[in-house]
Amino acid sequence: MADETAERTSTGEADVVSDERRGLLRLTGEWTIATAERLEQRLVQALPSGAVGECVIDGEGITRLDTAGAWLIEATRRRYVAGDTRVVLQGFDSQAETLLKTVSNLLKEPLPRVRAEPVLKRFIVAVGRQAVDLGRDLVAITSLFGEFCATLVQIVLRRQSMRWPALFTQIDRVGLKAIPIIALMSFLIGMIIAQQGGFYLRTFGAEVYVIALVGVLVCREIGVLLTSIMVAGRSGSAMTAEIGSMKMREEIDALTVLGVSPTGVLVVPRLAALILTLPLLTLVSDLAALAGAWVVVVTYIGLPSDTFFQLLREAVTIDYVLIGLCKAPVMAATIGLVACAEGMKVAGSAESLGLHTTISVVKGIFAVIVMDGIFAIVLASLEI
Amino acid sequence: MASPTDTAEGAPRGQERPVAEEHRRGDETREAVIRGRGLTVGFGGPPVLENLDIDVWRGEILGVVGGSGTGKSVLLRTIIGLNRRQAGRVEIFDQDLDTLTPAARRRIGQRWGVLFQQGALFSSLTVLQNVAVPIREHLRLSDTLSDDLARLKIELVGLPAEAATKYPSELSGGMIKRAALARALALDPDIVFLDEPTAGLDPIGAANFDLLIRQLRDTLGLTVFMVTHDLDSLVTMTDRIVVLGNRKVLVDGTFRELRDVDHPWIQEYFNGIRASHYDLDKMETA
Repeated sequence: MADETAERTSTGEADVVSDERRGLLRLTGEWTIATAERLEQRLVQALPSGAVGECVIDGEGITRLDTAGAWLIEATRRRYVAGDTRVVLQGFDSQAETLLKTVSNLLKEPLPRVRAEPVLKRFIVAVGRQAVDLGRDLVAITSLFGEFCATLVQIVLRRQSMRWPALFTQIDRVGLKAIPIIALMSFLIGMIIAQQGGFYLRTFGAEVYVIALVGVLVCREIGVLLTSIMVAGRSGSAMTAEIGSMKMREEIDALTVLGVSPTGVLVVPRLAALILTLPLLTLVSDLAALAGAWVVVVTYIGLPSDTFFQLLREAVTIDYVLIGLCKAPVMAATIGLVACAEGMKVAGSAESLGLHTTISVVKGIFAVIVMDGIFAIVLASLEI
Repeated sequence: MASPTDTAEGAPRGQERPVAEEHRRGDETREAVIRGRGLTVGFGGPPVLENLDIDVWRGEILGVVGGSGTGKSVLLRTIIGLNRRQAGRVEIFDQDLDTLTPAARRRIGQRWGVLFQQGALFSSLTVLQNVAVPIREHLRLSDTLSDDLARLKIELVGLPAEAATKYPSELSGGMIKRAALARALALDPDIVFLDEPTAGLDPIGAANFDLLIRQLRDTLGLTVFMVTHDLDSLVTMTDRIVVLGNRKVLVDGTFRELRDVDHPWIQEYFNGIRASHYDLDKMETA
């Protein structure tokens, strides 16, 4: 410690010299965290292998000591004491002694190690936890939906006010701003379906049927499904992240304490915006996909434009379009509820926020596809 | 420093006024570990700090005070290089931060520790892992040794041993401060920067924290740069206090000296209702 102002980088040959017969460890140089790496190895080499009755640790040659160095000395002392060796510390200056004394009072107990559970038990626990979580999710989403409906009723009865600015901001964000990407994606998908369908149907000379194929597929299934998946990825994640970070910073709690329902402020505008805009986005998607199909039919398959429209009108009745559009609000509610429920589940850490945002998208897309399946079964049994 | 608002005592340099009568290292020639010259920092609008000079001497506990919005935290962040400055120079250990190579900058990073206002613990790591981050990033120690050193620091700042395996979101405000201090001390730095270390702690916790920092300064020879509003901390801990105002350092001195400075804000701060009951003579004999 003599030379306080010495540059830390100039390593004053920190070392341990051991004299095994006399049981003496002589410490020299800078014992700091910068030299700890080397000292740790040197200490292992210098420690006597057999039992020694008494050991003297001489710190007279130490020029600088910090807590890391002090801990190395203390750890050595403890190792000796554990091996029934008496240890004498000598030659340390007063400041080093204070530091050693401070350190010797710390780290008395080893870190409690968590024992790993057996693999089978961990597997069963994981499966059970997933099942319980799934049940809780369903409860959370159902109760959120209930709250949403209750709040809507209150708004209609004029007991609560609708937050119009929030609603319009959300419509702008999830609806208007999503139009370009959804139109482009649907246009390309429409082209791909028409091209692939046309290519195979041509081998039977039945390429005119590609128009009916594209029309029915797009209006009934693909349009709404593509739009929902896109919205789940694009807006669902944003909703989870927004609500999640508000949860993290206790903003949700602040709302509750103010007597304002977080559902009314945060969930209702988002969910309402989704339910209102997703059918419109679906319509955009349908039209864009049909436009894509038209381009391929006219240029690649080589049918005249008039034929395209005539056959489309014959194949696609208004029912198909309405079926697609009917699904859209249900998909919207599913996506919105999953996103908001996941957002509310975010706990204190940034990691948790990322995790729930990912889960929100994955669950949202999965739920949309499940919903589509349920629709298919119901509609088939109703013979529509 | 040549501002008309400066009081007569307001020149810490030039005339070598003894900073604290019995400064801890008064016998040595004072060595500046941090030297800021002509610092001007602004964020688009009028500058927050303008042509500010500051020195921090080795081994002292320096308190930085000033009204809200006078740029205390901005000054701290500027010194550690988190804010861009429009003009001026910062030297730490006689090295200009702007001209350093990345490797040299990394070495400086090993010699200071920062306690952020909100702790800034990494939320996805346990306390033990948080404290071990600087050790593992900068040094190649064995896992046992780096864990031991991290745990040593955790106990040194007075956290219970069980806290080591907890995540920051499971800790109380005071524990977060302590854990963050443990991380700041992980590499046995020469300087620690504390941004409002006792804000939000109960009086007992705050007093213990003050005591702890003083003890660490005495055993480890730390230099402490502390932004604070806590009058108790200022009275009991600091060797010297720098008052910011009017975009620069108004004056510096000990608590006792600042009580006699003729400046309305300083008078109100150091002799106001909350400060007037400090009987310094009694406290020093105690």
